This record gives sequence, C-alpha cells and structure tokens, in this order.
Amino acid sequence: MNIYIYDKTFDGLLTAVFDAYFRKTFPDELLSEGDALPLFYDELHTVVTDEEKAARVWRGLQKKVSSSALGCLTQSWLSELPEVGMLIFRYIRKAIDSPRSIETNFADPDVLQLAQIWKKVDGERVHLMQFVRFQKAADGTFFAAFEPQFNALPLTVHHFKDRFADQKWIIYDMKRRYGFYYDLQEVTTISFDDGSRESHLITGMLDESLMDKDEKLFQQLWKTYFKAICIKERINPRKHRQDMPVRYWKYLTEKQR
Amino acid sequence: MNENVLAKLKILAESAKYDVSCSSSGTVRSNKPGLLGNTVGGWGICHSFAEDGRCISLLKIMLTNYCIYDCAYCINRRSNDLPRATFSVSELVELTMEFYRRNYIEGLFLSSGVVRNPDYTMERLVRVAKDLRQVHRFNGYIHLKSIPGASRELVNEAGLYADRLSVNVEIPKEENLKLLAPEKDHKSVFAPMKYIQQGVLESKEERQKFRHAPRFAPAGQSTQVIVGATSESDKDILFLSSALYNRPTMKRVYYSGYVSVNTYDKRLPALKQPPLVRENRLYQADWLLRFYQFKVDEIVDDSYPDLDLEIDPKLSWALRHPEHFPVDINKADYEMLLRVPGIGVKSAKLIVASRRFSRLGFYELKKIGVVMKKAQYFITCKELPLQIQTVNELSPQRVRTLLLPKSKKKVDERQLVLDFGE
Repeated sequence: MNIYIYDKTFDGLLTAVFDAYFRKTFPDELLSEGDALPLFYDELHTVVTDEEKAARVWRGLQKKVSSSALGCLTQSWLSELPEVGMLIFRYIRKAIDSPRSIETNFADPDVLQLAQIWKKVDGERVHLMQFVRFQKAADGTFFAAFEPQFNALPLTVHHFKDRFADQKWIIYDMKRRYGFYYDLQEVTTISFDDGSRESHLITGMLDESLMDKDEKLFQQLWKTYFKAICIKERINPRKHRQDMPVRYWKYLTEKQR
Repeated sequence: MNENVLAKLKILAESAKYDVSCSSSGTVRSNKPGLLGNTVGGWGICHSFAEDGRCISLLKIMLTNYCIYDCAYCINRRSNDLPRATFSVSELVELTMEFYRRNYIEGLFLSSGVVRNPDYTMERLVRVAKDLRQVHRFNGYIHLKSIPGASRELVNEAGLYADRLSVNVEIPKEENLKLLAPEKDHKSVFAPMKYIQQGVLESKEERQKFRHAPRFAPAGQSTQVIVGATSESDKDILFLSSALYNRPTMKRVYYSGYVSVNTYDKRLPALKQPPLVRENRLYQADWLLRFYQFKVDEIVDDSYPDLDLEIDPKLSWALRHPEHFPVDINKADYEMLLRVPGIGVKSAKLIVASRRFSRLGFYELKKIGVVMKKAQYFITCKELPLQIQTVNELSPQRVRTLLLPKSKKKVDERQLVLDFGE
C-alpha cells in the first residue's frame, strides 16, 4: 500500500497528482500530517506543496475536461469531507488517462459520487441564500450568522453583493470562524477573535443595545407574518422540517422565541 | 411604522394565505447601481417554510380585505364577519423594503379585495408597485394580482412594474362559477389574461428592435384553480390547464385544495380535510404536461375522467399501456425513458449521457437515482436480475398491487387479534 501525506490544501492535492505521475506510483490513501498511519504499508511519500506543479496539473486538466467539470472539482473540495481528497485524486487520474472526457460517464462510481458531493455543496449554497437572516445594527450594518454544513459561504458572496449592493453587511460562518464584510465597495474576509471587542458577535445574535431602533419591531412583524400565513387545516410538520431542517433554526428570526 | 401595523399585517396575511402561488421564478435581473435587489431566475429562492409545509418566498399580502363581492368559496366575502383592515401605500412599501433588506423575502406578492370597483382597486395595486420601483428603487420580484374586470390601460401599466401578473380562474366551469360567485363571469377573468398576453408579446417584439424597450411582466402570468369546491372532474381541470399552457405566456397553473372556510354556505361541500391527495395528483399530472411531454388526453379522457388517488398518473398511464414496455434502457430515446415509472427528468438525462461510455446495468441505474422498485417492471437492461418479471409477464393488475403503498399498521403475528367489531 502506498501512502501520500499532504497538507490538506487543494494545491497540495494537485501537487500530489504531479508527484504520483512523476514517481509512477499511485497512492492508495491520502493522509495529512498527524493522521494515524495504518499498521503496515509499502511506501510513504510526503508531498511538498508547490504552486507551479499544481498549476501544471490544472492546465493539463483544462485540456481534458470542461470548465464546468473543473468548477465541480473545486466546489466539491469545499465539502471538507474526509474522502473527498482521494475521490478527486482518482477523478483527475481517470480524466488524464482517458482519451476523451469522462465527465458525463455517471456509470463510473467516482464520477457519480463526485457529482453527488457537488450537488450537496451546491445545496448548501442555496440554503445559505435562503436562510441567512440579517439583523440591522444601530450603525446601519446588517449582521447575519450562519452555520453551514459545508464551507459554501464563499460561493454566495457574489449573490449577496449583487443583491444588497446599497447596504453594509456581514455574514459570519460560526462553525469555521470567519466571515465576509461588505463596505459598499468591496467584500473582505474577516474573523473575530475570542478576546476582541467584537467577540460578543460570536453568539450569533445582536445584543439589543446594538440594534437599530426599529429592528425589534421588524423581527416581531416577520414572526407575526410567519404565523399568520400558515393554514391550520393543512399543517404538515414533516414537510416543514424537510424543507427547513432544524439545524438552521438556531439563527432564523422566525424561529426565535 | 408602529404597533398598529402589526395588527394589520396579521389580518391581511391571514386573508391572503389561501392564494397558493408563491414562486419567484422566471426573471433574471441583476442589480444596477443605486438599486436594491436582484432576481435570480431559475427556481427562485424560498426563504422560509410555514408549518403547513408551503414555502414563503414572497411577502404574500392583501392591500385590503374589504370586498364588494360575495363569492361563496372566499374567506373575504362581504357577508363574512371578520376583522377588516387596509394598508396605506407607504406602510406596505416600507414593510417590503425592510423585509427584503433582512433577506426574509424575494419580493412582494400583492393582491386585494375589490373595493368600489375593479379599476379603483387595480389602480391602488399599481401605485404600490410603481412606488416601489420608481421612488424606492426596488429591483426585487413583484407579483401583482390583476383584478378581474380591470381595464386594459391599468393592466398595461401594471405589467411595466411587475415581474409576473396573475388572474385567478378559480372555478373551471362557468356555470359553477355563476353558482358560487354570481357577480363574476369567465369573461372578466379571461379578458385581463389576454391583455397580459398581448402586452408580453408586444414587448418581446419591441425589444427585438430596441434593446432598451421596457420589459412587460417578464415572468409571464400564472393562475389558480380551486379543487374540490365544485363538481368538476379532473378531466375538466386538466383540459383547462392544458389549454392555458398552450397560450404563449402562461407559466403556471396552481391547484388549491378547497379549505372549507365558509361552512355555513350550503352550496359548498362540507369537507373535513382539504382534498390534499387529489391536489397532489393534479400537480403530478401538471408536471407530466410541462416536463414529461405528455398530452392531456393521455392522462385523462372520457373513460378515465378522474386520476387514480392511490397511484401516480405516470404509473397509471404505464399500466393502461403495457404494450409500450419493457423499454430498453440502453437504446430507447429520451422521450420514451421519460415515460418509464421511476425515471425522472434528471435520471433520464444522466442515462442518456452515461450510456455512451458503457452499457448500463441494474446497479448503475440504482446508483444514478432511478427508483428501481417501480422501474424494474418496465425496463430491460444489462444484468437485470433474473427473477424480475416485466409488466407484460406479470399483468398490470398484479404490478399495481405490488406497487401500492403498504399500510403502515404493523401487526404482531405472535399476538392473537380479537375483533370487537368497532
């Protein structure tokens, strides 16, 4: 069994592909440093991430598959699933070795699984667009907290920037401890530390003292509307939870007591 | 904005909730400097889901729930004794803007009870949309209800601000409409529909000549039919929808299972529960019309006027036409794949894309997402397990019983069951 160790970055993964073709041995498992090694193995290779090698692999891949398939690769990477590294590795290897594009061969388990992971990440992107709820702070900034399952927040920045072009906003990923801030000009990445002044934002809800004066009223209006629009005769809790999973309720205005 | 609005919002949302439409699809319009909002097109975005499982995409609200009409199926009929309220234009506009800024909604879906006369009411609806677009520079989604009987000029103006316009048919047969809503007729419904259609087509033509000619209701129009309040069969309803879909701008027909809101009215059936299963089957049939290339007379006809409530319309079609099966997955064309029960649009596309590389078998189909439990009786493919028989070998009746949902009641076989004749 061959084992490659890499640094869990996308460039690292591409470098691993480069190394494998260079060494003509292909890994059976991709691990990162600190992972427990299996009991026995034949060969251990440590990948040193090299942007140039990664770029070369990427350019080679561009000749083999369409740009949408490449987007699918990068987007699946954001799923952060443990098996996704090896999956992408196998996909790239198949794409390079095949005389024609493999991207629509869904009878191949790797192609199919990657498409399914891509779909999950894309679903999370849609969930973000659906369930992000802003609260208006006294200074006019709109703040929202969210805990996405996958790291899909970067995929939505374009949408929010386009939609809320005339208001300042922050969307913060509570799980991964980073977010995006839009200052009417451009979007920057931000991160609040535990000790800093903004640390109270880590609770995800604005304190009442920081809220805009009408914010409470609008939250109440929205809750009232949410209750009023439901038809009692058709109540269907199962579908309700299916379409709006409970894991998102924590930061949903209409689900706050 | 004050507490007063809270009470109004509650009353007017409750009055508006029986309208089914909520979709925010059909327009792609990105933001421009100085505007607020965009529309994403595709499927639109559902921002929340009410406890009845229906999506909340737009702020669905009435401008007023006062009404001069007395339609038997409507909660807001003038003879009902319920709290009434009216929003001012500025209140409604602010509500929409602030909800939108907090990412609660995709836009506004505005409807209204008829006050004084249709034109007066329509004019006020148009004013809200105009204010949103021109004063507040709102670039999100607006769906306006066109009031039956409104004049052509007002409908034309509405189309300039709204993404989608709609007029509700409500009752498919005119004699039944006359029975329940003596003040309305089909002419007052179909006339505005025609104005909208003409407006959209004219604007399309204009835009081919002048790139910046104004868009007219770019997301087309929709309508709604009440199911179960009158004696119409599914055939009547589906033939109406099919005829409407044949018109160039009709995007959606919604089916609303009748909720007994006015139980005292003897012209209406007393339903304990809204006919949810029937509504669901109608939507499935609607999907067959729109995405599965079915003709309406294949789904229902004179000898088969009502949909089967126990099995879905596609399976029901397949069982009535076993001569088309089994279908060879590796050879059949896309149109035929779509007709196999258990294969949807997505899996049909995946099959067509994948079979170029290798012949597909039972296992691959299952992985792709085909519901093999259903599809196995209707297909042949590589490596189909031997014990599986096709619909022709088994007989349609047998397949039907095999596919009927099993009752969920579990009986413990070790336990003797005593029948008390309850």
